[in-house]
Amino acid sequence: MSSLEELEGLRKSILEKIDPKKPCITVCGGTGCHAYGCERVAAAFEQEIEKQGLTAKVDMKTTGCHGFCEQGPLVVIKPANIFYRRVKVDDVPDIISETIVKGNVVDRLLYTDPDTGEKITYEHEVPFYKKQNRLIFGNNGLIEPTSIEDYIAVGGYAALGKALFKMSPEEIIKEVKNAGLRGRGGGGFPTGDKWESCRNAPSDDGIRYVICNADEGDPGAYMDRSVMEGNPHSVLEGMIIGAFAVGSHEGYVYVRNEYPLAVKNTALAVKQAEECGLLGKNILGTGFDFNVRINRGGGAFVCGESTALMASLEGKVGEPRAKYVHTVEKGLWERPTDLNNVETWANVPLIINKGADWYAQIGTEGSKGTKIFSLVGKINNTGLVEVPMGITLREIIYDIGGGIPGGKKFKAVQTGGPSGGCIPESILDLAVDFDELSKAGSMMGSGGMIVMDEDNCMVDIAKYFLTFLEGESCGKCLPCREGIKRMREILTDITEGRGREGDIELLEELADTLVDCSLCALGSTAANPVLSTIKYFRDEYEAHIKEKRCPAGICKELITYTIDEEKCPGCGLCVKACPTEAITSMGKKKPVVLDQEKCIKCGTCYSVCKLDAIKVK
Amino acid sequence: MTGKAKQVGKKVGAILDSYQRDKAMLVSILQDIQAEYNYLPGETLLEVSKELGVPLSQVYSVATFFKAFSLTPRGRHIINVCLGTACHVRGAARILETFERELDINRGATTKDLNYTLETVNCVGACALGPMVIVDGEYLGEMNIEKVKPVLESYD
Repeated sequence: MSSLEELEGLRKSILEKIDPKKPCITVCGGTGCHAYGCERVAAAFEQEIEKQGLTAKVDMKTTGCHGFCEQGPLVVIKPANIFYRRVKVDDVPDIISETIVKGNVVDRLLYTDPDTGEKITYEHEVPFYKKQNRLIFGNNGLIEPTSIEDYIAVGGYAALGKALFKMSPEEIIKEVKNAGLRGRGGGGFPTGDKWESCRNAPSDDGIRYVICNADEGDPGAYMDRSVMEGNPHSVLEGMIIGAFAVGSHEGYVYVRNEYPLAVKNTALAVKQAEECGLLGKNILGTGFDFNVRINRGGGAFVCGESTALMASLEGKVGEPRAKYVHTVEKGLWERPTDLNNVETWANVPLIINKGADWYAQIGTEGSKGTKIFSLVGKINNTGLVEVPMGITLREIIYDIGGGIPGGKKFKAVQTGGPSGGCIPESILDLAVDFDELSKAGSMMGSGGMIVMDEDNCMVDIAKYFLTFLEGESCGKCLPCREGIKRMREILTDITEGRGREGDIELLEELADTLVDCSLCALGSTAANPVLSTIKYFRDEYEAHIKEKRCPAGICKELITYTIDEEKCPGCGLCVKACPTEAITSMGKKKPVVLDQEKCIKCGTCYSVCKLDAIKVK
Repeated sequence: MTGKAKQVGKKVGAILDSYQRDKAMLVSILQDIQAEYNYLPGETLLEVSKELGVPLSQVYSVATFFKAFSLTPRGRHIINVCLGTACHVRGAARILETFERELDINRGATTKDLNYTLETVNCVGACALGPMVIVDGEYLGEMNIEKVKPVLESYD
């Protein structure tokens, strides 16, 4: 295509071919649903449609992630949006013959509201979706990620057309600034300011780069993955607009190699956009050139840091550098470079299409728009949720997430990944906002939200994050390399019964050094999980140190397994399962006996016992 | 030149060509070599260094920095225990310990018969099904200690 008219003409012809009344079966193809076996369900639909001779009467799509991973595999029947969950291959014939042919709803596949016991027919009425505002994520359920036509049908590349033909680069930057968009990767830096600095930074040969940071490394966070997999064109469109605004002709997508489907779908999207004249030379006939290359990361968390990522792109070891000179002035190959996160890029077309004024209405004073979180851990409705900034953590956890499973008590929610902190019950009414979360000792981060209940030990959680960071520290600067290691050693001592008076203070002192002296954000934020757990759960630290006791029953060296003689019927399940033969059967209907000398505290007996007869103290 | 060296040269050469011998693509090049050989044999690193004109020390530092690369042969089956936060709070550490005990190797190691390599990964984005274990790319969700043995038996 070489003009705006051609793009709009193509959109018109695609839309003309679509019959809005024709039923369309959408099968969620996100990672969660894949793990449940959605591929087999999708194949069964294709077969059944053909078998019943309905090929002309019904469409089928495998879409990106719908978000409600807990209930996968998900199937939504358009246009009515009938929502089926936990769909198995055996359910497929019923869905076809009942819902598609007769228009009846298959009751057993509907979602039941656990509060009211009511069956819910339509997707938008499911409580999980009700409080969400799915501006970025919503299209995931409508389009096939491998089809550029689908993306164009939902208004794709209209923002690019508007930006290239009706706006100057300065106007685009002004629009993004006025919208108040801040970096979704965790830093929260104003995107428009970054673009402006990059555009104005001198470059001897005029070369500038834009980069999409898709090296999503926070454990427990997979929002970026789902956007890349489910709607890669939205990210590309944002990048092309950004490149035009900063004056760049070369871009990179740096994506985790552990995300093979994201790599594949993005590569395909690049190819399609090139073929359509939306990427490459002379985009839409405007004379503007922009190329995108995809680089796969090597599995290093630190490469999510901008300077480390750029080093890795240059084929070097992914070590960060001090930022006396910002990357917007000298980044990749020493040229001005603008780097934004996946979700940030995906927000750009929305802002251009709907305008800064509209966008800035959503959210709080300092944080605009929506944010996608991955709500995971001890939560009933695990999944990806997109909420307007300013919503409270309590609303996310209870109204959307459905609370804590198994009647357990909420203990903490961890936000911001290894750089963030744990937030206790007492401040759950905190609004989701870059500045509010930082004030509470955590951070927005890229969007991981891990819920913990009374069975989770907060000292263990702090140790978990530091163990992670110790392994991921690149080793270039001493405070991070040695400081994290020493802090992890102290935490290990505490969890293994060797904690001493003064350990908490020592941890705090080391944390100060890390904050002040680390080269990059990996080190300077590494202490957050420790500091926030000390701040809000000091009693747990003290129980470990002073009483050599793990209140949650997690730290192996501080617990013992015992048999509850009243509950144990001597069934022998644990006897068979025990790897060290520490449990002996005493005959039928007599409780088993556990030899503490042989017990390695592996937890196998606790896991196999269905009668709650193994106790942890 | 021996037959083996020639073959290495040919395979590595083809991978280098697919990236237009661009030095910046070193990480991707090594990823493709690892996909081909299942690990990074020493001679392939020499070949990459020579052909790209990148010092061997730099190739080696990249190959040892990133978690994705292995300089020793890996097992026929790759077991990846997810240690992401969501899996951790649901007991992933105990599952990893069980694999270590059953296979009699530590995390990161390969069994002597080259049947299994036990690795860990920090989140694969299937948190709803945690604790998650991935064997040869197949996602096994809702893992618990009791399922470890049957899983190993099914891949024997």
